[in-house]
Parts: sequence; C-alpha cells; structure tokens
Amino acid sequence: MMRKIQLGIRQLRYEALAFTRNPAAAFFTFIFPLFVFVILNQLFGDLVLQVEGGETNSATFYVPAIAALSVVNACYTGLAMSMTFSRDRGLLKRLRGTPLPVESFLIGRVLFMTLVAIVLVVIVTLFGAVFYDIAVPTDTLPALLITLGIGAATFSILGLAITSFIPNADAAPAVVNASILPLFFISDVFMRIDDYGPKWLLLVGDLFPVKHLSQALQTAFNPFETGTGFEFAHLGVIVLWGVVGAFVATYRFSWEPRL
Amino acid sequence: MYRIVYSEFMTSSNDRVIEIAGLYKSYGRLEAIRGIDFHVNRAEVFALLGPNGSGKTTTVEILEGHRNRDDGMVDVLGHDPAHPGPTFRERIGIVLQSTGVDPYLTVEETICQFRGFYPHPRPLEEVLEVVGLTDHRATRVRRLSGGQQRRLDVAVSLAGDPDLLFLDEPTTGFDPAARRLAWELVRNLRTLGKTIFLTTHYMEEAEQLADRLAILVEGKIVALGTAGELMSRDHLSTIQFRQGLSTAVLIKDVTDEITLTDGVFSIHTTRPTETLAKITNQATQLGLELEGLTVTGATLEDIYLRLTDTEASKTRKGNG
Repeated sequence: MMRKIQLGIRQLRYEALAFTRNPAAAFFTFIFPLFVFVILNQLFGDLVLQVEGGETNSATFYVPAIAALSVVNACYTGLAMSMTFSRDRGLLKRLRGTPLPVESFLIGRVLFMTLVAIVLVVIVTLFGAVFYDIAVPTDTLPALLITLGIGAATFSILGLAITSFIPNADAAPAVVNASILPLFFISDVFMRIDDYGPKWLLLVGDLFPVKHLSQALQTAFNPFETGTGFEFAHLGVIVLWGVVGAFVATYRFSWEPRL
Repeated sequence: MYRIVYSEFMTSSNDRVIEIAGLYKSYGRLEAIRGIDFHVNRAEVFALLGPNGSGKTTTVEILEGHRNRDDGMVDVLGHDPAHPGPTFRERIGIVLQSTGVDPYLTVEETICQFRGFYPHPRPLEEVLEVVGLTDHRATRVRRLSGGQQRRLDVAVSLAGDPDLLFLDEPTTGFDPAARRLAWELVRNLRTLGKTIFLTTHYMEEAEQLADRLAILVEGKIVALGTAGELMSRDHLSTIQFRQGLSTAVLIKDVTDEITLTDGVFSIHTTRPTETLAKITNQATQLGLELEGLTVTGATLEDIYLRLTDTEASKTRKGNG
C-alpha cells in the first residue's frame, strides 16, 4: 500500500506538467473560478448579507461559495474531462499494461486536482481578506479543511462516475456541463438561492451535494460562528453521494472507449 | 486441419515463453478466435500473420491480459494473463495500435514516467538511442510525427527492460524506408535476448523477421512453423508463361489451379515436373513456343494467399 501511495505521489509531477501545458484545461479549471469570484464581488461584494448571528458583507458569502465552485470545478468537471480524454487517447489502456497500480494513477490525478482546488481556495480567501475584510477562519479551520477534503473526495468520485457515462471526448463538455452548470445557480454558488428561489427550486438544490458543500463552507467562514464550524448534516449528504458514486464508478469503469 | 511441423517438438516447456491451447473468444455472436494452439520459445521472434479481422489483435490482447478469453489455457511467462501475479506486468512490454501517451509531456518525460513503474528499468539514454529519438528528447509528444510517436511507443514498451515484447502491427502505415528501420530495430531487440511476439498482415514482414510464424485466418491457425518449413510443406511450385494465341489449348488437361493475371498464366502445382512435361509436350507437338516460361518454388506469399483464400471460401460455404 505504501508503494502505491508513493507511486501516486510521483505521478503528481507528470500531472502538473501536463496540466500547465494544456491551456484549455488550465484556463477552465483555474482561471474560471477566479474570474467568477472577482466579477460577483465587484457587483455584489459590499452589499449587506444576513447570516446566522448577524450582518456582514456579501463577500463573506462569495468566498465560501467560490471555494465550493473551485472544488467542484476541479474535482468533478476537470477530472471527468481529463479522464475522458485520457481514455479516448488510449492512455488508460497503455497504463494498464504497466505495473502502475490503478490506485496510484487515480491518487495522482485526484490529488493533483484537489491541490488545484485548495490553491484556489487560498487565493479567494486572501483576496476576500485583503479587499473585503472577510474573516479568515481560525477556530473553524479544522472544519474548513475537513469539509474541503470530503468535498474533494466526493466530487472526484462523482467525476469518475460521470466519465463512464460520457461516450467520447467530443461529448464530454456537453455532458459534464449540462450536469453541473444548472446546479451552480440553485446551490448557493452564484447567489444565495434561499433569498430568491421558489420553494421547489430550493428543494431540488437540497437533493444534490453542491449546495451542501457550499453551506458547510459558509458556516466555516461565518464570522459569528461560535462552535467548531462542522455541519454534520451537510457533510453526511456529501458523503452519501460519494458512497453511491463509488459504486457506480467501480461498476462502470472502463479502460478504453466504449464502442 | 494444419500440419504441425518438426520445429514444434524441439523445445522443452522450460524454454517456452508463451503457451496457448484451445483458445476461444467471441464478441457477442462474432466468433473472433475459434480454437487455436501454439507456443512461443524464449528469445525468438514469433509472428502471427493474418488478414485484417482474423483475430490477431484479440489474441495479443488476451496474451497481455487486457481482454478476457472465453475458453482455453494461456500461459505467459508462467502467469495466466487473466489472473496475473504482481510481477507479470514488470516483465512484458506492449506496443498496441490503440494506445497512446499524454500529448503534453516531452519524449524524455514520458519515458522517465514509465521507467519509474518498473523495478529494473533500462537507462533513459539507451532507450532513446535504441528507438532513435535522442534528438527529440525535449519535444512534446503532440509535436512528433506519426512515425516518431510510434517509436516513442516502442521506447515506452522498452522502458522496463521486459523479457517479452508484444508488437501489434508495428509497421502499419509506415512508408517502406520507415518499415526497414523498424525491422532493424526488431532485429536489434532480438540480439538483446528478448522474446518478441508480433502480429502483422504483411507477408514480407513475417518472412523477414520471424523465426517461427503462424498464419491466422478467421480465428483459426491454418499453418504453423518456420518459414522454411511452411514453404516446403506442399512442395508448391509455380509455372508461368505468357498468354499467346493458341496457348489456351495447352492448359486444357491441367488439373491444377491456374490464374491469369496481366496476360501471364500461373499454374500452382505440387507436381511441377509432371505438369511441365504435359504442357511442353503439347506445345512441342503443336509447334508453339512458351514465351517467358519460368518455374519457381512457392514463396511464402503464395502459401499465404492460398491459405487465406481457402479458409475464407470455406467459411463462406459454411455460412452460405
């Protein structure tokens, strides 16, 4: 097992090289969340935001919201796209013929995407602290990190699961974005849906893990939060999605394109 | 039914790197492999020759563990590829047509990445040199030509210093010059003591490279042995002469297979002396001269074409 992890970490170097040299991947995974963050904050960042315990500015909403976006975008969207492309190019098939354990390959890829997400979270947090005076989590830091970890794990699993439903690389952007983009609107990512949405839309959002990730992160960034910041109910839903996704991914995983 | 020739009994089981018995594989209703048996000896080049769709790639993929078989015994380096031990993949190298590498890494990075998977990899410089990519080591894969990418594929398969190499149609799409270079490469690999299992539909390639070969047609092996053995098995010869005004009468008593191509009659016969006598006697009696008369021993290509044609028409009759 140790060796599998070692090989997985070794893979990180090659994942990083390939990622940074791929302009489309780098842009959509890295630049896109920052872009959305800056625009939304420019427009709404100083508006008053009602949170549990008091009032603060809207940037306090957007930092965790975009943190959630970063995790989902890297671990779900980014991973599904890169896995589909690797599969269609014959890279997965090639690796299968080597002694590299499949776990090591997945560790390398998932871990890299998670690191990208974490870097983004750090950037938006610092940005929010410098320009909008948001409170950087300290007491709630453990909750924040664990929530991010669980989010990354679940969305990576879901990214692998959705890959098995994507017929080819051409269809990948369509399938993946169709599955996740609408959710960003109703899951407390682009705006706080509770302030705007009809009841049924709120319920739909509650079914999926994105909103639960965002709301769990909201608590971690809440300046009035007195507890540890853990939202076990939200985390539970995220974990449940991860478990279901794991079954689907394992059952349907394919080393080569389905013909 | 095919004849197993002398060479098949020469080697003991210890020297056998691959053993297959009674292999069957179907994709739904399509029977891709319909009961084949052969073995591959250590340090030899073995070619599986056959037309497209004959089951070559399926056979290779079953041997290297990528595809499950329906029935039969397969032993590769002492492992069953369907349930290999941990060292199986450390000892084989694979060059398939349908695999690829990451387009954004450089040649050097790619080889280094794969080297790291193996316990005893070959030195990077050596691998680069063997495939002739030393000058392109810093080039990104997506900037390589098709032939260079193929060579990188071979480099990757060599990175782990495997004992057994699988090459599936290694020179498909190559121009003749590139093909010669590839053959040189295979010969070099052989002198390093590696066992090479290659599939091809190029007759000449099998003839040039293989110590032993099997001809696979529509999922069945129709010939097996060394090139020399295959050529001498039927004592097949070809009598050729150019078509002339009255030559049709000369061949009316000939019972062997006759083809007419570009104005040249070709008679494929296992009794060339008798057949030749028949024709020349007739010609002499009629005062005819047989222009361009030649008698040649069968080439492997003749045998190959015959066998692929025979088997294909058998199948057609069977399905008709």
